[in-house]
Amino acid sequence: MIKFLVYVAIILAIFAIGYLVRVFELASSLKGNKPEEVTDNDNKFMSKVMLIALFALMAFTAWTLITYAPLMLPEAASEHGVEIDWLYRFNWAIIFLVFVLTQILLFYFASKYYGRKGNVATYIAHNNKIEMIWTVIPAIVLSIIIIFGLRAWNKITAPASENAIVIQIYGKQFDWTARYAGVDNKLGDSNYKLITDENALGMDSTSEAGFDDIIVKNEFHIPVNKEIEFKLNAREVIHSVYMPHFRAQMNCVPGMTTMLHFTPIITTAEMRKKQYVINQMADINSRREARGENAKEEFNYILLCNKICGNSHYNMQMTIVVDTEEDYKKWLASKKPYFGKKIVTNK
Amino acid sequence: MSMNNHDQHAHIHQGHHEEEHHHEEEHWLTKYFFSMDHKTISRQFLITAVVMAFIAMMMSILFRLQLAWPGEKFAIINYIMGDKWGKDGILEPGMYMALVTIHGTIMVFFVLTGGLSGTFSNLLIPYQIGARDMASGFMNMMSYWFFFLSSIVMLAGFFIETGPASGGWTVYPPLSALPQAMEGSKLGMTLWLVSMSLFIVSSLLGGLNYIVTILNLRTKGMSMTRLPLTIWAFFITAVLGVLSFPVLLSAALLLIFDRSFGTSFYLSDIYIGGQALEQTGGSPILYQHLFWFLGHPEVYIIILPALGITSEIISVNSRKPIFGYRAMIGSIMAIGFLSFIVWAHHMYITGMNPFLGSVFVFTTLLIAIPSAVKAFNYITTLWKGNIRYTPAMLFAIGLVSTFISGGLTGIILADSALDIQVHDTYFVVAHFHIVMGVSAILGMLAGVYHWYPKMFLRQMNKKLGYIHFWGTFISAYGVFFPMHFLGLAGVPRRYYNNSAFPMFDNLVDINVLITCFAILGALVQIVFLFNFFYSMFRGPKSEQNPWNANTLEWTTPMAHTHGNWPGALPIVYRWPYDYSKPGKPEDFVMQTVPLTEGEVDGGGH
Repeated sequence: MIKFLVYVAIILAIFAIGYLVRVFELASSLKGNKPEEVTDNDNKFMSKVMLIALFALMAFTAWTLITYAPLMLPEAASEHGVEIDWLYRFNWAIIFLVFVLTQILLFYFASKYYGRKGNVATYIAHNNKIEMIWTVIPAIVLSIIIIFGLRAWNKITAPASENAIVIQIYGKQFDWTARYAGVDNKLGDSNYKLITDENALGMDSTSEAGFDDIIVKNEFHIPVNKEIEFKLNAREVIHSVYMPHFRAQMNCVPGMTTMLHFTPIITTAEMRKKQYVINQMADINSRREARGENAKEEFNYILLCNKICGNSHYNMQMTIVVDTEEDYKKWLASKKPYFGKKIVTNK
Repeated sequence: MSMNNHDQHAHIHQGHHEEEHHHEEEHWLTKYFFSMDHKTISRQFLITAVVMAFIAMMMSILFRLQLAWPGEKFAIINYIMGDKWGKDGILEPGMYMALVTIHGTIMVFFVLTGGLSGTFSNLLIPYQIGARDMASGFMNMMSYWFFFLSSIVMLAGFFIETGPASGGWTVYPPLSALPQAMEGSKLGMTLWLVSMSLFIVSSLLGGLNYIVTILNLRTKGMSMTRLPLTIWAFFITAVLGVLSFPVLLSAALLLIFDRSFGTSFYLSDIYIGGQALEQTGGSPILYQHLFWFLGHPEVYIIILPALGITSEIISVNSRKPIFGYRAMIGSIMAIGFLSFIVWAHHMYITGMNPFLGSVFVFTTLLIAIPSAVKAFNYITTLWKGNIRYTPAMLFAIGLVSTFISGGLTGIILADSALDIQVHDTYFVVAHFHIVMGVSAILGMLAGVYHWYPKMFLRQMNKKLGYIHFWGTFISAYGVFFPMHFLGLAGVPRRYYNNSAFPMFDNLVDINVLITCFAILGALVQIVFLFNFFYSMFRGPKSEQNPWNANTLEWTTPMAHTHGNWPGALPIVYRWPYDYSKPGKPEDFVMQTVPLTEGEVDGGGH
């Protein structure tokens, strides 16, 4: 019944608006106006609105910048991340400047040159000099952006050094597994045809390099100031390893191994002591409390899946702990190799 | 009888070559449905696109509700989605993904490719070049009906047991290739592929027709450098479509093979559903190369027509020539060419060779140059103008604003080192919605307001148009501007909710703000829908040249005459942008007015 009334109300409202519009049209045509012709008054009104729009756009930009600044990611926790952050600031400065200048010009001109009867626009069709200027200047600015960008990109994607600690990250619907290469720093062979419930990575029990490999889930540790090389694989669909705090991301693609490496520079414990992070966590915890969740959250580095991979894509995560070197060694020593006691020797 | 006599009498006066058209009354079926007339086909495209846009917009409201208030119960979600996908008013995760996927697909392909090009290329190409119709009316009709059919197939996904495709609008395999991976990769995915194949046929039939018509059917005097920029934009758009859509078709066919016939173009070493698949040797990355070889030109297929429309509308309503006409043509061509060698900037983090990445950084950032030229030329066209604020003009100015804002964040994403951090986050969503989605929609709406009189012979209501523009413009920025910050805070796109990560808990307010603006934006579109359909029947009748514009479409009477011009075809003597030319009696000189002695064409004076 209520639904029916709502429908009736909507239909009546549409008719009402229709008649209202009709009445306005008739009234203005009685006055002798052509109803849809744009008048000087309209132009003048829009001229003012254009200025208001410019002001509103700039105010909104400023408001978002100020309000959202404390919500952004903390400083980069990896060596190359520091350079990426610098590159961001450099690009943002240029972008922000161009944004403000062009929007001001656009809305200011739109406001200033509003139409008036009897006024005639100036006939200017082109001006080669000025056009050349605004082709060349963006070209120069972009060249600078390209040079800085590629310099960072080449450094980041250069092969990892020989003694980087090798860790495999394996994605499947819908969780992550990390495998440490062990003492030999070499990952054992694996094959998707060997996958079983117990052997989720399809590790080859005849591959000696794999005898000391350690498998962990939910949380993995890495030592600070050591280069880590990640070898990435996926079981069935594409996943993507996204570690926003380290400014690192790479897809995991079934049928191939992708790679990514970085050097963490701030331990989890150190990060938790940064004022920015303390404030952020206080905010988060007060929100959680207001929602009725009492468990206090502590800051953690997180690995997320960032490539659509199925219905539970939104909850595929792993905690990363950056330790001091001793803590890392202690933690690693507490883990048993996957093949542990059942090492098979063919020789 | 007397009517008939009168008709014939008028006919003799109007000239002879119309004879074959006038005598038989057209059957209503061929007049309104299976018409080969470009004007009717244009209206068919527009109305279909408006309906599709409305559906896709409603989808976005549903998933925005979920994002702003996850776990909250909304009666409307249960009402629309039923108990299966909206139990207790909470959106089911699979359906959330499906809505995101189909929203993107509809907006990108059905509204902004089929709808935008289909409507305005069809309407304006014959009108503005002085042709009686498209080169092939039949192909044109087929183009629409393939479009219609593919729309139906696309929406059919919502009426099957397993629901529509849900792997994102890019449908990357293996997710989309493996029915075991998710419900949306079952029958819904097959429908998606069939629908896209039909859509590509439609697009090719249309595109070939546009190219041939522009090259061959220009009226006397209409040289390529006297074409309005709308036509230039439609021309390059059609070329891009014809060259790139076949590649998507091949990608889709290979995917169909992988799904149904056990081939392994995209599949290798996969273990799913408790068994290891036979397929080896394929590469999921191959699909991405094929997809983005279309996908990147595609975003220019979307934006170029909108830019063309804007060029025309800004010039007409500033009462000034478009600034740098030849530079505008040059930048359209440069953008068109470059769009073919930038596709892999969508793939920086797929494990592609880093050197290849560097090449694409370079080509991608090059596109910023012609884009900047276009933006500066628009702004300079306003300078010292005598701006008339029709609703169309407002939308055109709005486009320039969003095109700049969105284009600038593209610099971040084009730069591979920076892309690492924000790839696949909400930053990307914000960027492409502003630069491509919002800008193209604003351009399309500008076109609707400007050429409505040509389509429906009546005027749309001006005041409702003003309300529509400001409402849309404010909510567009309100929705997509804050989204950048979500991305910079590391929130991935295509997440059903963010509550699994305490680190995102402080971003809830941003999502609420975005959803509020989205709802406002949707409500404002109702004003447009009302204006659009109301004016069709009750709007005031339009004069022949309501905007005092120069182009040829305004030299035809306000009627839907078959063959467009009742008499001989018009002859063109000048470029289309002689507005406020010194020494002329009025502030516009139509293209059919001969040059006076000593007068220089093309902007000189």
